[in-house]
Amino acid sequence: MKIHEYQGKEILRQFGVPTPRGKACFSVDEAAAAAQQLGGAVWVVKAQIHAGGRGKGGGVKVARSPDEVRSAAQQILGMHLVTHQTGKDGQVVRRLLIEEGAQITKEFYLGMVIDRSTQRVALLASSEGGMEIELVAARNPEKIHTVRIDPVAGLSKEDAARTARVIGMPDTAIDDAEKVLQGLYRAFVEKDAMLAEINPLALTADGRVLALDAKFNFDSNALYRHPEIVAYRDLDEEDPAEIEASKFDLSYISLDGDIGCLVNGAGLAMATMDIIKLYGGNPANFLDVGGGASKEKVTEAFKLMLRNPNLKAILVNIFGGIMKCDVIAEGVVAAAREVHLSVPLVVRLEGTNVELGKKILAESGLPIISGNDMADAAQKVVAAAKGK
Amino acid sequence: MSILIDKNTRVMTQGMTGKVGQFHTINCKAYANGVNCFVAGVTPNKGGQRFEDIPIYNSVAEAKAQSGATVSVIYVPPAYAAAAIDEAVEADLDLVICITEGIPVHDMLRTRYKMSHQGIPTFSESNNALAKDRIQGKRTLLIGPNCPGLITPDEIKIGIMPGHIHRKGRIGVVSRSGTLTYEAVGQLTALGLGQSSCVGIGGDPINGLKHLDVMKMFNDDPETDAVVMVGEIGGSDEEECARWVKGNMNKPVVGFIAGITAPPGKRMGHAGAIISGGQGGANEKLAVMEDCGIHITRNPAEMGRTMQKVLKG
Repeated sequence: MKIHEYQGKEILRQFGVPTPRGKACFSVDEAAAAAQQLGGAVWVVKAQIHAGGRGKGGGVKVARSPDEVRSAAQQILGMHLVTHQTGKDGQVVRRLLIEEGAQITKEFYLGMVIDRSTQRVALLASSEGGMEIELVAARNPEKIHTVRIDPVAGLSKEDAARTARVIGMPDTAIDDAEKVLQGLYRAFVEKDAMLAEINPLALTADGRVLALDAKFNFDSNALYRHPEIVAYRDLDEEDPAEIEASKFDLSYISLDGDIGCLVNGAGLAMATMDIIKLYGGNPANFLDVGGGASKEKVTEAFKLMLRNPNLKAILVNIFGGIMKCDVIAEGVVAAAREVHLSVPLVVRLEGTNVELGKKILAESGLPIISGNDMADAAQKVVAAAKGK
Repeated sequence: MSILIDKNTRVMTQGMTGKVGQFHTINCKAYANGVNCFVAGVTPNKGGQRFEDIPIYNSVAEAKAQSGATVSVIYVPPAYAAAAIDEAVEADLDLVICITEGIPVHDMLRTRYKMSHQGIPTFSESNNALAKDRIQGKRTLLIGPNCPGLITPDEIKIGIMPGHIHRKGRIGVVSRSGTLTYEAVGQLTALGLGQSSCVGIGGDPINGLKHLDVMKMFNDDPETDAVVMVGEIGGSDEEECARWVKGNMNKPVVGFIAGITAPPGKRMGHAGAIISGGQGGANEKLAVMEDCGIHITRNPAEMGRTMQKVLKG
């Protein structure tokens, strides 16, 4: 689960990581009032959306008077901010962060991820702050310093200080940088994060170390023990179809094709998308119904797919192991009736009681196309989507 | 032979009395030699009771001592599953298979750390057995979490896969997925190609045995002639396995990777299935596998036929 920058900074401050003073705002008036309240002579007006690359897309502006804050807020609030992470339609900006400006002398990068191969939390630090770490990794991999952290000892003072020195923090800032590194690690572990980034971490003219940005992604499997993180959830930033799907325990991701897929199991669901593409079609979604493809779940899954105006056909691909094919077939028939399915439906069943399942589909009186195996079903649904 | 488990394996079930544990215990017990293999259950505070005539114990250590079981299968809910693995490791079992889906990643990081090693011993400890254990780590092997389990056809099934789609034979199967593994097995069986063992290593980012570990076991198993390896986007385990295969494997390997069409940055159902920072993509994995001499197919409906062609030479 992702959160906004201003929420990430709230968390960082709780763990002793300094950030510029700032305020989250939902309107132009609030933004102007926040600038007054913060005082100073320079402010930064920052669009709050979950995607990265906001600066390049015009979502971050520096203002040198309250009037400039007002006009920047007017420009940014409500805009469709397009970045390399939003897709071509962009994301509507509904929240702003107004911050005091900082005089930056140098920018650094700090990141924390779960390293799968060593099964440790890995700290990534670099002297190359303010740009995408993927670019640094591609062009100057030697400029990324990696520390794999012992989960029992945590990030030691020594490792934190060494890391700060390696990326070029001056001696006078080592103590502060150490606190930032250790605070970030504690936040990462205690809040069950999967990814955390401070980019840039700034060294200011008056010698302070400040987190100018904050990005977090939390483990959705651990949210049950973090109601304070769940409270940060912003549904405006999520795909409505995916929100609806999660209510029914369906794992759903929208894609840009026109063939809906309903599959049991994540691996088989991906493979089904792949085979549709292989035979010349385009999948409209990833959808894993999980272990129980009941009538209710299949009905909700059909409704979700039918919300997509581009939808031309649906492929149901179920490998019934624990679930028996006859039960699944009854569910599919009942669901197709309930939603008055208007697009061609191809169903491929395999596993326990498969013959009985096929018989139920054939005798339903519905124009269900039966697929004998995965390849046959994929070819039939691609043809159906093309109107053949 | 076979790998990891056979008809003589004795199994305890942690979380046997929950709804999921009950359902699968009945199915596993009914498969092949299951009635002799599933000898104990573990549920705290239910020791002394029985389920399906299988005795229940309060702890893993007690179940091991009383029943002789050296392998455990876990159906414990996600919030408690990592602790259940820890308990099995502490009791020094041979193998733990964790079926549970949805365990927090940080829980698994701690559990894997405890399994790998426990820090550097002080000088005074360096001669005692405990300290040795702390350096070398525990010997217990883990499969999963978030996996279907494993099966040696016609002998024993530990997990949630449908037993009847398998046939005894000489093809090994290793996979990160559940139903996609069944798809691969179904295709093999339909072509008359039976399986020696089928291992689902699970879809989580932090797990136990990797493709590579299982591949080495199949290479050493005299009853396995060839291996089907099913992977998916995310991480680099398939690439690591492929590089080992290139220099060491003396049996043919057929490979498929799910997720060629998956968009970057999105988690595709499995917690581990995400392409991040341009890494972990299906095409990149397939290219490395092909380069290492693995017979790849981009068509998930062709896994079985690709194996058939390879075997015919």
